Amino acid sequence: MKWETIIGLEVHVELATKSKIFCGCSTEFGGAPNTHCCPVCSGMPGTLPVLNKKVLEYALMAGIALGCRINRYNKFDRKNYFYPDLPKAYQISQLYLPFAVDGRVEYTTRSGEKKVVRIREIHMEEDAGKLIHSSYGDYSYPDFNRCGVPLIEIVSEPDMRSAEEAVGYLMWLKSTFEYLGISDVKMEQGSMRADINLSVRPAGSDKLGVRTEMKNLNSFKSIKRAIIDESQRQIELLEAGGTVIQETRKWDDNKGKSFSMRTKENAQDYRYFPEPDIPPVLIDDEWLKSLARSLPELAHEKRERYIRDYGLTEYDAALLTEKKQLAELFERTVALCNDPKETAIWMLGDMMYLMNRDSVAAEELNIDPYQFADFVKAVRNGIINRTVAKSVFEKIFASHDFNVEKYIEDNNLKQIDDAGRIREAALQVITENPKTVEQYKSGKTKVFAFFIGQTMKKLHGKANPALVNEIVTELLNNSD
Amino acid sequence: MYDILNMTALQLGSAIKKGEISSPEVVGMLFDAIEAKDKIINAYITLNREAATARAQEVQKKINSGELTSPLAGVPVAVKDNICTKGLKTSCASKILGDFTPPYNATVIERLEAAGVVIAGKLNMDEFAMGSTNETSYYGPVKNPWNTSRVSGGSSGGAAAAVAAREAVCALGSDTGGSIRQPASYCGVTGFKPTYGTVSRYGLIAYASSLDQIGPVARDVADCAAILNIICGHDSADSTSLDITHPDYLASLGGEVKGMKIGLPRECFEAGLDDDVAERVKAAAEALHSAGAVVDEVSLPFLDYMVPTYYIIACAEASSNLSRFDGVKYGIRGRNYDGLTDLYNTTRSEGFGDEVKKRILLGTFVLSSGYYDAYYRKALQVKAIIKNHFDAIFEKYDLIICPTSPRTAPRLGESLSDPLKMYLSDIFTASANIAGLPGLSVPCGFDREGLPVGMQIIGQRLDEVKVLRAGYAYQQLTSYHKTAPGGELK
Repeated sequence: MKWETIIGLEVHVELATKSKIFCGCSTEFGGAPNTHCCPVCSGMPGTLPVLNKKVLEYALMAGIALGCRINRYNKFDRKNYFYPDLPKAYQISQLYLPFAVDGRVEYTTRSGEKKVVRIREIHMEEDAGKLIHSSYGDYSYPDFNRCGVPLIEIVSEPDMRSAEEAVGYLMWLKSTFEYLGISDVKMEQGSMRADINLSVRPAGSDKLGVRTEMKNLNSFKSIKRAIIDESQRQIELLEAGGTVIQETRKWDDNKGKSFSMRTKENAQDYRYFPEPDIPPVLIDDEWLKSLARSLPELAHEKRERYIRDYGLTEYDAALLTEKKQLAELFERTVALCNDPKETAIWMLGDMMYLMNRDSVAAEELNIDPYQFADFVKAVRNGIINRTVAKSVFEKIFASHDFNVEKYIEDNNLKQIDDAGRIREAALQVITENPKTVEQYKSGKTKVFAFFIGQTMKKLHGKANPALVNEIVTELLNNSD
Repeated sequence: MYDILNMTALQLGSAIKKGEISSPEVVGMLFDAIEAKDKIINAYITLNREAATARAQEVQKKINSGELTSPLAGVPVAVKDNICTKGLKTSCASKILGDFTPPYNATVIERLEAAGVVIAGKLNMDEFAMGSTNETSYYGPVKNPWNTSRVSGGSSGGAAAAVAAREAVCALGSDTGGSIRQPASYCGVTGFKPTYGTVSRYGLIAYASSLDQIGPVARDVADCAAILNIICGHDSADSTSLDITHPDYLASLGGEVKGMKIGLPRECFEAGLDDDVAERVKAAAEALHSAGAVVDEVSLPFLDYMVPTYYIIACAEASSNLSRFDGVKYGIRGRNYDGLTDLYNTTRSEGFGDEVKKRILLGTFVLSSGYYDAYYRKALQVKAIIKNHFDAIFEKYDLIICPTSPRTAPRLGESLSDPLKMYLSDIFTASANIAGLPGLSVPCGFDREGLPVGMQIIGQRLDEVKVLRAGYAYQQLTSYHKTAPGGELK
């Protein structure tokens, strides 16, 4: 039988506000345990939460970007459960009235297919702390630094059918939040993580099967593996005549398997009720409109524009917009040199190669767009040839304080367009290599490249390659 | 020689300002009185003698130099033990908090200190403010100074008894369903619960967040108004505190009651009400009538729903608010436990008293899946209906007057055997919390056994001025508030 996998995702994204959602503590990642907390976020008796307006602003930006309807009347609710990393023993979240509902995300998967995922809701909540387990003895130590870091949770409809579609959706979210500047979206630091709801059904059926949930996955790789493994597990179970039980499972990335955590019967009762310490928050139309207007151009919008206005291929445009920093460098350089194609060639070729070779992430790129633009102009105008250009680009890549013009000037790198000098050098090579000339004349035209190379070498690689080619051809064919 | 202990806070403040007595003298005499009386009354959990003495000297210098000008500068105040005081043990009268000493002050404490008021100590109360007799305290019951075989009322029993026994000049209490007004009534003192949102709750250890409000307990209405002037106002640390401009409550006391329309709810005077209480409160209303107020009968048809609505909302919120006492961060931890769940079980089993456990269980039940709609959601709907009903009454009337409690102070031990009766003693006070209204209790006489009776004055949201003005006018006509419990304390 053919099976169909049905996937819905709940994605938690930490918002990159400077301070926490309900107090003034820093949200900075790391820090010695319990140094980024105060009586409010560590749940001391008598303390009260006060909503950080910036959190609301960032959350609304996400809601608008995901095409959601924004609820003007916002409330918070308490989700009650006991755990030592949750000092109040309740998490302030939104159950009854999430701030954003009914959104829509459109993206292209890696294999080039267009895909739509509907967004059921997005709500705001606070993060919990963590427990540090002692490696000696039976102790655990709570660290409340992450308590109260603002989160949004994006709940999709079960619209994805494969690991590839799920990863494509997550990549779209990641890039969108990066462009909005509302989250670091660093999966390895847990600032974006996903819960996977998955069920299978016979292909063609329109009834949903029993689903399982896998919690807190934080890399594309483990998400992909978990989806493939869980859908396989369910299919094998059903084909063997068994049934899938509704349960929460824990994915173990080391073992490459998931394990049952708790079944529906043992599901916790969170006893949600409206948070009495925070009055309803009203969002006025003017604010919402001005937020919508101030939203930056997002990756998919840029991609379309690059294809339309710059004539780039879809593939090149996708690569350049995958990271906000790349798109920014590209656009700033193009604005200065007005040559999108040449700029794209260098970014997608030499720059990607160097980033890969030196393990430089897009966020760490240190290229000055002014120098880059001067460089592109120098290449375009034939001031330096491409061989020289490669070494110059490496300098631009390595240092922000690099002056292209001065470097070309100081190192005398300008292209030699003087036909007389080139002819002189080429003649020298021909005179010094009579045997090779013989070979060429007897029909071994392959050695032509040798003459080009040697002539270039005599001119320190700076000669105009077209001119060298022309002159060497002429001399070899005319000499006797 | 001044009769310092019988003076009101305003009188003391004025005498200190004039240099007739000093703040350290007042504080010294107060602690002597506490030493003499509190072995019997048990109104205090923690005394702040050393720090208060030093603070009084400091404050006195600032008064002399003209730096501190508040009418209550140099006057000592006692504080209910659910209000956080930096460096001073705050227990909520519960075992579970152990020797918890907050590293921060409640906003009200910051405001009192800025005005030069001296914190004398922390007052006994029902555990986590859950109780109406002050008998649920881990630190033992508070005795009623009028008759020590009687309870003080609760949950701010320590506040009311200390002020009545002249071992506190004035106090801060908290009121969730009547916890300021009911003990004030039992102990013959004046207690005021302001409109929800008037006073910051930051640093008040929550019982029921949507109902809790801090307020003054004092000898008379003028002292209450003076304290309210200091503690009221918007606080950026409490999102439920109202961002409004407050009038000078003390300055607005003197206005007319002539022409004020007062409603007397029929249902409050029906079955279940003690005869002496009914008679005293009707006489008080008559006194206001003779001062020019128009008194009419009104109806509160929802009164039967008041206590269930109050207990569902309060217990639901409490079950969540008290979850943080888990033995992990502060307070006590269970003695022997095996694993995390057992740590919670032993800590909370050993740390909470019976009444608190009962309310946590009740609250957990009404919030649990499958019951939420039938109980909690329904209670919120009833709350909205009650609010609307009051709004309708206040379109025609300025104030509502009724007994603070259906009876006078019961005997110690009597209520615990009949908890339903204890819950019903909140029936007249809880409505002000449910609807977020200001409510004042003033002494209006004594029953046949010489126990104080209290009259409650309820006003429209934010109409504190009218409520206080009526209470003040009544105290100009009567002297019940000036009467101190006589005889030796036994």
